Amino acid sequence: MTAPVAVSLTVNGERIDAQVLPRLNLADFLREHLGLTGTHVGCEHGVCGACTVRVDGDIVRACLLLAVQTHNASVETIEGLSDSGEVADLQAAFCNRNALQCGYCTPGMLMAAQDLLRQNAAPDRAQIREHLSGNYCRCTGYHAIIDAVEATALARRGEQP
Amino acid sequence: MNDGVEQTRGLSVLDRPNSYIGKTVPRPNLDRLMQGRGLYVSDMTLPRMVHVVFLRSPHAHAKILNIDSVAAKAMPGVIAVVTGRELADVITPWIGVLTHLKGLKSAPQHAIAIDRVCWQGEAVAAIVATSRALAEDAAEQMSVDYEELTPVTNMRTALDAETPVIHPDLGDNLAFERNLDAGAIDKAFADSDEVVEAEFVFGRHTGVTLEPRAVLADWNAGEARLTIYQGTQAPHMVQNISAKHLGLEEAQVRVVCKDVGGSFGIKVHIYADEMATYALSKLLRRPVKFVADRVESFSTDIHARDHVCKGRIGVNKDGTITGFEIDDLTGIGPYSMYPRTSAIEANQVVNLVGGPYTTPNYRARTRVVFQNKNVTCQYRGVGHPIACSITEVLVDLAARAIGMDPIEIRRRNLVADDAYPCASPSGMKFEALSHHASIDRLLSIMDYDALRAEQAELRKQGIYRGIGIASFVEVTNPAAAFYGVGGARISSQDGVTVRLDATGSVVCQTSITEQGQGSESLTAQIVGSVLGVSMSRVRVILGDTDNTPYGGGTWASRGAGIGGEAALQSAKALRKNILDVAAAILQAKPGDLDIVENSVVDLVGGQQRIEMHELARIVYFRPDTLPPGFQAELMATRHFVPREYPFAFTNGVQASWLEVDPNTGFITLLKHWVVEDCGTIINPQLVDEQIRGGVVQGLGAALYEHCIYDERGQLTNANMADYLVPMSGEMPDISIGHVVSPTMESELGAKGAGEAGTAGAAACVANAVNDALAPFGATVTEIPLTPRLILTALGTI
Ligand code: FES
Ligand code: FES
Repeated sequence: MTAPVAVSLTVNGERIDAQVLPRLNLADFLREHLGLTGTHVGCEHGVCGACTVRVDGDIVRACLLLAVQTHNASVETIEGLSDSGEVADLQAAFCNRNALQCGYCTPGMLMAAQDLLRQNAAPDRAQIREHLSGNYCRCTGYHAIIDAVEATALARRGEQP
Repeated sequence: MNDGVEQTRGLSVLDRPNSYIGKTVPRPNLDRLMQGRGLYVSDMTLPRMVHVVFLRSPHAHAKILNIDSVAAKAMPGVIAVVTGRELADVITPWIGVLTHLKGLKSAPQHAIAIDRVCWQGEAVAAIVATSRALAEDAAEQMSVDYEELTPVTNMRTALDAETPVIHPDLGDNLAFERNLDAGAIDKAFADSDEVVEAEFVFGRHTGVTLEPRAVLADWNAGEARLTIYQGTQAPHMVQNISAKHLGLEEAQVRVVCKDVGGSFGIKVHIYADEMATYALSKLLRRPVKFVADRVESFSTDIHARDHVCKGRIGVNKDGTITGFEIDDLTGIGPYSMYPRTSAIEANQVVNLVGGPYTTPNYRARTRVVFQNKNVTCQYRGVGHPIACSITEVLVDLAARAIGMDPIEIRRRNLVADDAYPCASPSGMKFEALSHHASIDRLLSIMDYDALRAEQAELRKQGIYRGIGIASFVEVTNPAAAFYGVGGARISSQDGVTVRLDATGSVVCQTSITEQGQGSESLTAQIVGSVLGVSMSRVRVILGDTDNTPYGGGTWASRGAGIGGEAALQSAKALRKNILDVAAAILQAKPGDLDIVENSVVDLVGGQQRIEMHELARIVYFRPDTLPPGFQAELMATRHFVPREYPFAFTNGVQASWLEVDPNTGFITLLKHWVVEDCGTIINPQLVDEQIRGGVVQGLGAALYEHCIYDERGQLTNANMADYLVPMSGEMPDISIGHVVSPTMESELGAKGAGEAGTAGAAACVANAVNDALAPFGATVTEIPLTPRLILTALGTI
């Protein structure tokens, strides 16, 4: 084991200075050091997408990134996106459509869906399915999630479903 | 029985103004989960909490000669290293048998292996440290000497004389056998125009809950009380079993279940490592947390299916099915799982094959054998996907043998909708099913004839699409027949307490649990409707053995049907009490009053008389103003268990439309339909999403999911990259229709819907693939339907 390293970053706009072991991944850093348990861990090997967060504007798998790699970066988690209201409409659509059951995939799913909607204001169902393919959900069967994202995209364009 | 979602049966207490029953209303408490503010066990920390990591056997079968933990104990942060022998002083072993499964045998299983390991992944030592990372570091310093033993891995040879017996005390590797012979199958087959047979193979797969199993056990030596925080479907079962094996009274154990990241039957059991965690907390007198990592999940979460089954069907040229015969074999790992046992799935297969059809001729044998692989046990749909696939693929093969359309052969053989109540050849009692109405509804939503035309057209262009149909029956609302009669202390009844608080809001405690199915929502919908209180004023408490009535929990599609009826009855009782109070206050007759929208009103005319919060204020703060001798009771508890039918059978039908690429063997799912009859629908959206989720789990099993063991008993794909689960890009949209035949066993009339999707998905996909491959004369009867399997069936490889 090597010695802790100093890192400085912002998390949800808040300045964080911490000492972390080089091996600590970002998901564990967020969950265990900062108490941001909305970032979930489903596989710890980059497959399931439950740990999806935004780093400098791009979505990444927090289990595949080391905390030290986020030095000077801006990290945004589901708690941040919720509090800023950025995904309030998407969350409302998920609620209306019952697009979550256990909710364990949901923070990562919302992150990935918001990422799609920022890149593509008018995705079709196939594109939504494709973009969310790195986010596993074992409960819903995906259909309701696709509906919710589609409805949000429509509403953001000011169109009726 | 009637067609469509609307209910015609007058449900007096539910059929009220502003009733929430049958309405899609959003589930309460979703914001918490969507904002990342849920509380899953994996999120929890307690003061002085330590983490346990289990050192697991790399061998499928081996003697443990020596465990050297000196180096590990010297590692930073390590609190203790505990072996199975040491832990046996704190927790007793168990044997996973039930008396109603006659002859079922198993060997004593310990929380941590002693002397011998029986599958790759069985725990051999516990390493407890101040963080999980430090415990994992220390685990790498452990040194265990093993003497490898011959593993039994092939279930087909598990009973051969040359095969070693895993537990010599048991005499052989046969855990359980059941034989059934109904009607006169030999004569029926001899007299049939055609007898078609096939061998079916069902791969092992598992539930892959997105949150792995997690438990935090907190033994407070000062209180002599153990609090277990666990993502479980059955808190009272965990309370009972943990107390029993730790030598505690039930009252010394509290089980708390907060948010659960998926369950599907995976979290209805009690695993050896969870028992070990409880025991470690007691031993170390501090909170101990165990969260399985994904590799551990694959090698220790129960697996399911793993059946090989020969099936035969007899059919006459007029389409009459003359009988079914099956010879089923399943490998369950080295132990029968505790406390629900590993013979239930095989038993269900025998119970359910042929279930939708009229033929009285049915012979079945199932044999359940031990092997040195991870244990199998009840996972969503228990036995249903196997029984349904065998039955429905045989029916399609029979139809093909006589040149009949798959819909037509079903129409001629499905039990008539007016023939109920009746029983199946295996003795299953059916109260009211609707196979024919379900098929009608399916054909209308899928436009069967148009698809057949499209299929024929595309075939000319070398595009091979198939349609697959699968009718099914589904076991829901299990009464004591499932476990209780066999001696398991697993409750089949559930209870609900409702109370009006001092502000006129309602607090409701229920023994069913929530893992995302919508238990809170359906409870609040029922209670709100019966009481005449807005749903937003009903708060539901569940998942805490200290704070809910005693009950079974949420599994086997019992939450709505059993817990929902208890909610209805308790709300009725409270409603009566409230009206008694109101009558006393208003000097009226209770029968002249009603409650609507949070106020007591005149039954006739609807004039508002007193608001609920005002009534509650008087009861709690000015009881002196009530008539002398009058005692208000603003809290009521009721329990429910079905008594007449051991299970509330439901039914439905699924269809798949897919394309097979004969060059690559790839299957593209294009569309999926389900028609389900789950009786009274409390919340259509919840039912539909349960079904969709279940379908996709069934599709995963049909196409991708497989725990692949090599001949040494090594699980070769124990990670999410190699064990494939359905992703959104591969899954089709799923259309759902309903037929509604309420059960008369309860006032609510609700049956379950949790297994329906999983029950029929693989069967209709297999039928669709065989339909697509028909021009090639190829058939497949194995899942998962991998490209390799398809190409092999086509003779390409
Ligand atoms: S936990 Fe990071 S991708 Fe699964
Ligand atoms: S809602 Fe449970 S995994 Fe998606």
